[in-house]
Amino acid sequence: MLDDFLVRAGLAAVGLSLATGPLGSFVVWRRMAYFGDATAHAAVLGVALALATDLPIGLGTLAVAMAMAVTVAGLSARGWAMDTTLGVLAHSALAFGLVAVSFFPTVRTDLSSYLFGDILAVSRPELAVVWLGSIAVLGLLAWRWQRLLTATLSEDLAHAAGIKPDRERLVLVIALALVVAVALKIVGALLIAAMLIIPAAAARSFARTPEAMAVAAVILGAVSGLGGLGLSLWQDTPTGPSIIVVAAALFALTSAIRRV
Amino acid sequence: MPELPGAGMSLPGATLIAAEHVCVRFGADEVLHDISLKVDPGEIVTILGPNGSGKSTLLRALLGIIPVAEGRLMRQAGLRIGYVPQKLTIDRTMPITVRRFLSLPTRVSDLAADEVLARVGMAGQGAEQMTTLSGGQLQRILLARALLGRPQLLMLDEPTSGLDQPGEAAFYRLIEEVRHQTGAAVLMISHDLHVVMAASDRVICLNGHICCEGTPRVVSTAPEYRALFGLGTQGALALYRHEHDHAHEDGHPHHHHHEHDHA
Repeated sequence: MLDDFLVRAGLAAVGLSLATGPLGSFVVWRRMAYFGDATAHAAVLGVALALATDLPIGLGTLAVAMAMAVTVAGLSARGWAMDTTLGVLAHSALAFGLVAVSFFPTVRTDLSSYLFGDILAVSRPELAVVWLGSIAVLGLLAWRWQRLLTATLSEDLAHAAGIKPDRERLVLVIALALVVAVALKIVGALLIAAMLIIPAAAARSFARTPEAMAVAAVILGAVSGLGGLGLSLWQDTPTGPSIIVVAAALFALTSAIRRV
Repeated sequence: MPELPGAGMSLPGATLIAAEHVCVRFGADEVLHDISLKVDPGEIVTILGPNGSGKSTLLRALLGIIPVAEGRLMRQAGLRIGYVPQKLTIDRTMPITVRRFLSLPTRVSDLAADEVLARVGMAGQGAEQMTTLSGGQLQRILLARALLGRPQLLMLDEPTSGLDQPGEAAFYRLIEEVRHQTGAAVLMISHDLHVVMAASDRVICLNGHICCEGTPRVVSTAPEYRALFGLGTQGALALYRHEHDHAHEDGHPHHHHHEHDHA
């Protein structure tokens, strides 16, 4: 069954949404959208680094995404003007990455697969990495869930209960870097943040508790992934962007239903 | 429990929490200077001071939210603190019911949640979204959540700042009731002289340092207090006396705070 590239692609999309659903909810609640962008864009730089040092691509992206995420988290803790700082970092990381990658002719030819993903080419080992990475993120978030939620609602309430908000922020940063490394192959560096935010935002429309929103975001993310695959096959469109198009359509739909 | 400098110190007697010569600085600014205070079981202590006097900073330092530059903080080993912040702004992107909020960070049973909601006068409202609550309702829910930890000490940061006067009076009655029912001590911040005078056993008057402290009657006649709040506070004092003359027609109005201590 796994021999079929479509089955692998479908499973990869569903596996990824297990992580992006709950993590994306935190990104929405904590207004970290730009933060996600900066981390994801750094992944392109990670690809260049991996090629230069003969490391696996996944490891290179993970390392650079982690470095970027920790840097941004550190700067935000020191109270920098985050909007500007994140803008500078996000776009510089992307530009540096694109320039660095251009030195490798092999990559130059399929650069778009790093920018927009190449889910139809997911191999068995890559599929295993997606599922392991997603389950690791899911486990990390589940383990810290109560503390993460408390720290997200109010840092003061968290402090008073003996929870360290800085530590919980670091948990999210690590989870974000993991998701970026895992998602690069599926939706690409430019659209990872969209995969985090759009399903979660769509789930917000009808959820009444944080848990319901996270679960709904997983389901909507999986539906977007499978729907995007379908759209891509049917209309011969690029798969990564097609997934986000379906997610955006679902967002519009749930928002409209809520208004009625 | 937050790790506080010197938090391992065991406190003499029954004192719940104490500060000794505490200074807090933001950069070069010394916001709090040489603060020493303590709270004993069952007493209601109010920190009173004008805007910018460091009231919230003091409470946050006692909670371990912000570090102290000098001096030390001590609390009874295993002290259970219930904290009610001045306000809680829940981002509209987060869906959360009152019931779910009560289970943060420690999950509580439905029975315990129902009980505490009834106690704060919010029975049956567990399914409400937190973002739809009025200011007064939100304060009650914050208090309910703090009570679920069976606190020995309640710390409230201007709990009534968003309420109208009847709402404020009702909230302080609720605090008093909780103290009677659970024996919890209360350390709260207020800028409202009237209510403070009526509801406290002890008042600490703060303006970067402790200007004066004592029973409401002693503080309200202290020159330092007059200098901070002006002579208009005579009205508050009159109200305070008036209320307590009624409350203690047994002829010992001046002993009221001792009676409350052990209630």
